[in-house]
Amino acid sequence: MRRYVIALCLLLGWLAAVPASARAPIEVVVKDPYIDLHTGPGRGFPVTVSIERGVTIELIRQRTDWIEVRTARGQKGWVNRSQLEDTLTTDGEPVKVAGPTPEARTEHKWEIGVATGQLSGAEVISLNGAYALTDTLLVRADVSQFLGSSSNGWIGTVGLAHVFMPQWRISPFIGVGGGILHVSPKATLVDTQDRTDTAAYGALGFRGFLSDRFLLQAEYRSIVVFTDRDDNEENDEWLVGFTYFF
Amino acid sequence: MARRLHLFLLSVVAGCGFAAPGVHAQSQAEAVGGTEQTPQVVEPEVERREVKPIKVPTENFEIGPFVGTIGIEDFGSSLVYGSRLAYHFTEDLFAEAVVGTAKAGKTSYEDLSGAAQLLTDKQRQFTYYDIAAGWNVLPGEVFFGHKRAMPAAVYTTLGVGSTRFAGDDHFTVALGAGLRLIVNDWLALHVDARDHMFKTDLLGKEKLTQNLEFTLSATAFF
Repeated sequence: MRRYVIALCLLLGWLAAVPASARAPIEVVVKDPYIDLHTGPGRGFPVTVSIERGVTIELIRQRTDWIEVRTARGQKGWVNRSQLEDTLTTDGEPVKVAGPTPEARTEHKWEIGVATGQLSGAEVISLNGAYALTDTLLVRADVSQFLGSSSNGWIGTVGLAHVFMPQWRISPFIGVGGGILHVSPKATLVDTQDRTDTAAYGALGFRGFLSDRFLLQAEYRSIVVFTDRDDNEENDEWLVGFTYFF
Repeated sequence: MARRLHLFLLSVVAGCGFAAPGVHAQSQAEAVGGTEQTPQVVEPEVERREVKPIKVPTENFEIGPFVGTIGIEDFGSSLVYGSRLAYHFTEDLFAEAVVGTAKAGKTSYEDLSGAAQLLTDKQRQFTYYDIAAGWNVLPGEVFFGHKRAMPAAVYTTLGVGSTRFAGDDHFTVALGAGLRLIVNDWLALHVDARDHMFKTDLLGKEKLTQNLEFTLSATAFF
């Protein structure tokens, strides 16, 4: 099974490598006195070509905040997104290149993140996503693997979160949710039966903006596991992680 | 000389003081007259134009296979292979998910004793995944021969994940560094060194094991 997954990854990688050349070219006209072309997609790469006002350039591809452009004379290079905003379309309209803006902090729809922490003494790795119904209400889902000294397992939950002050740099939030917990005790112990139970949680946390696309999120969850034994099981979970929003 | 200059400046200030109210009164009269004589005939019908963002095809993902060698603590070194997927957030930061697998060798005890086997064949399979944050610490150009310059970056990664080995899953911290060479429009080559650290009590006492891995990989941007 594992081999097939790896083979599939490889296949996807090589398929992705096939260039998509059948697109209509996107062209803009330089409005500033000149714009600089870097040899690579980053501020550290040297400028080898400058394009003067009035020249039409074709936008080829975008990597992070850098766009590769080409002139009719075949000169190629990378331009920062902010510098392209000083160009005009061939119809004379101002140019705006898709990318993160300060408004995205309150207007974004999707969040995806990873977090790590502890669940009742076991280490946790969590992959999480959220969809913003409004700027204060989020639908969240996550899958976590926990690895402890006496047992390992998985927990998957779906829930809601309320962000109190989404426009603040750091904002508190609360959340509730429920899901499934799967525990497999380690083979060295006597009771080695795997268990799958339903669980519910209440959460309290903080989120802070690191930039126009990143959040640092920290939260505490109190998890109740509904076991088929006489008592329910209570667990504390602490998580810290990075979230990317778009 | 200074006195003369003083007098000149005083006269300028005084002159401005007298002249200014006159100018002010005149412009006021014009403004009042203007509104009386020419009522607004044309209503402005200019709508605020929405600037639609241009969507340039983005290539922020990077995927590809890797192959190399891993030293599994106490179990010798083995061939390791797997796949990596990266997403570039900014020119400096990226996230990376890596899966890899290797077959552990024998401990020196097993080799010397001959018959004793600590692990079954299945338990010797060393499989891991990790999710890491990466930072392009040293971006720049590297030169290959006299004519070729390639964009490149030395990066570091820090990740968490899980390793399945000897019939158990272990929480793993993976610390790495590598060099990415951007060969052409879509292809990049990586040289990576990564340390997978996890605790195990496989040989009696619990200890933190260091499993160093060196790999080569080819990735495609999409």
